[in-house]
Amino acid sequence: MAEIKKKGWKELAHGDVLEAGTAAEFETGNWRSERPVRDMNKCISCLICWINCPDSAVILKDGKMTEEFDLKFCKGCGICAKVCPPKIQAIKMVPEKKSGK
Amino acid sequence: MAGDKVARTGNEAMAEAMRQINPDVVAAYPITPATEVAQLFSQFVADGKVDTEFVTVESEHSAMSACIGASAGGARAMTATASQGLALMNEMLHIASGLRLPIVMPEVNRALSAPINIHGDHSDTMASKDTGWIQINCENSQEAYDSIIQAVKICEHPDVLLPAMVSDDGFIISHCMEVIHMLSDDEAKKFIGEYKPERFLLDVDRPYTLGALDLQDYYFEHKRQEIEAMNKASKVIVEVGKEFGKKFGREYGLFEEYRMDGAELVILVMGSTAGTTKTVVRELRKNGIKAGLLKLRIFRPFPFKELSDALRGAKALAVMDRSDAFNSFGGPLFEDVRSSLYDLEKKPLITNYIYGLGGRDIGLDAIKGVYDDLKKMTETGKVEQVVNYLGVRE
Repeated sequence: MAEIKKKGWKELAHGDVLEAGTAAEFETGNWRSERPVRDMNKCISCLICWINCPDSAVILKDGKMTEEFDLKFCKGCGICAKVCPPKIQAIKMVPEKKSGK
Repeated sequence: MAGDKVARTGNEAMAEAMRQINPDVVAAYPITPATEVAQLFSQFVADGKVDTEFVTVESEHSAMSACIGASAGGARAMTATASQGLALMNEMLHIASGLRLPIVMPEVNRALSAPINIHGDHSDTMASKDTGWIQINCENSQEAYDSIIQAVKICEHPDVLLPAMVSDDGFIISHCMEVIHMLSDDEAKKFIGEYKPERFLLDVDRPYTLGALDLQDYYFEHKRQEIEAMNKASKVIVEVGKEFGKKFGREYGLFEEYRMDGAELVILVMGSTAGTTKTVVRELRKNGIKAGLLKLRIFRPFPFKELSDALRGAKALAVMDRSDAFNSFGGPLFEDVRSSLYDLEKKPLITNYIYGLGGRDIGLDAIKGVYDDLKKMTETGKVEQVVNYLGVRE
């Protein structure tokens, strides 16, 4: 990663102010050890995983679930698999090495 | 001079100033001797005289927390406290200043426990002297009223953006009725102006994070900014004090020089004791003794440079502390004054008097005795005792 030039006290915004939306600049997906894999035959598009994903990595298309996750940001926390309703179990966490991708 | 001439106690004067400021949010918890300030203000809320959201909280820690939240959200926020309440707030005081929130807090000086005592001394605000708050000390109700109004303008100045506590002495001022001049509501409103923060958390068009974790890489820079704000506050305090004087006839600065023209024997004091000292100075001057008084108004930021300039001509100086620092040397005011004079080529002889702890009365004779001591010092050229305890039984 390139060295970021840190600002001096005269240039910084006052009082510990951080602009919003900086998460977009941090690709949290690059240290993932597991990735979610969705079985589209089981998924009922309830959107529970979408609303729970802390990194907005669940991708919707026309209001429906897709097979894709945004792997730039998915850090493999497994929340999506955990919140998927017990009777559905459409998402499995697969170790990165064996994912074959 | 405009406005009404009215009789008000210190607490009433502070509450009236709050009414005229009409803050968006007040969160407060009762504590003697400041209880009345918030109590009277809550009556203004109940009577519909202000538009304030009044938050009754379970402690002073929560009162300051609520003010911090409100101020960060973009509101003009105030609270009032004293003594133990201020001590309980301590953690949040640092957060208010560190986040650069211009909260104004009337504060009534009272001794800290233990032993438990409800009367006026300065140990509470002195224990908060390093919290990054501006500290304005008032001699009487008039100054307390005027200073609270000025504090809003000082704190919200873009070069400052720091919180301020405005203090007067518990019971001696807070519960004593005096004649004061009040501004009209309209004059007060115009003087402080509308609060327009540059950034505030409820601004949905420009969202940001306030108070994020700030480690080795940026904490120091943010603290340096805060130090700079305190450096700049002196100038703003003087400007606002001058503007207030121009408009309403009562000018304020960093300190008041009373009969300092050619003064050789000088007492430096804060708060209500300045009033007592003025009487003694007048008497001494009548007898040809070159006595003077320097009443410090702004303790934070401490006016190092201005003070040393003002004290240049003094031969002997007594610094009066209404609290002790328990550093086994002297009071907190003494430390800073003595340090300010270090670079003077010709320094006055300097001595410290700890007085009035727990509200112990200090009369004209005691002050007169201090001037006698100063006189003796100039005659012998020696400081017999650096730190003295005035009025304690041996």
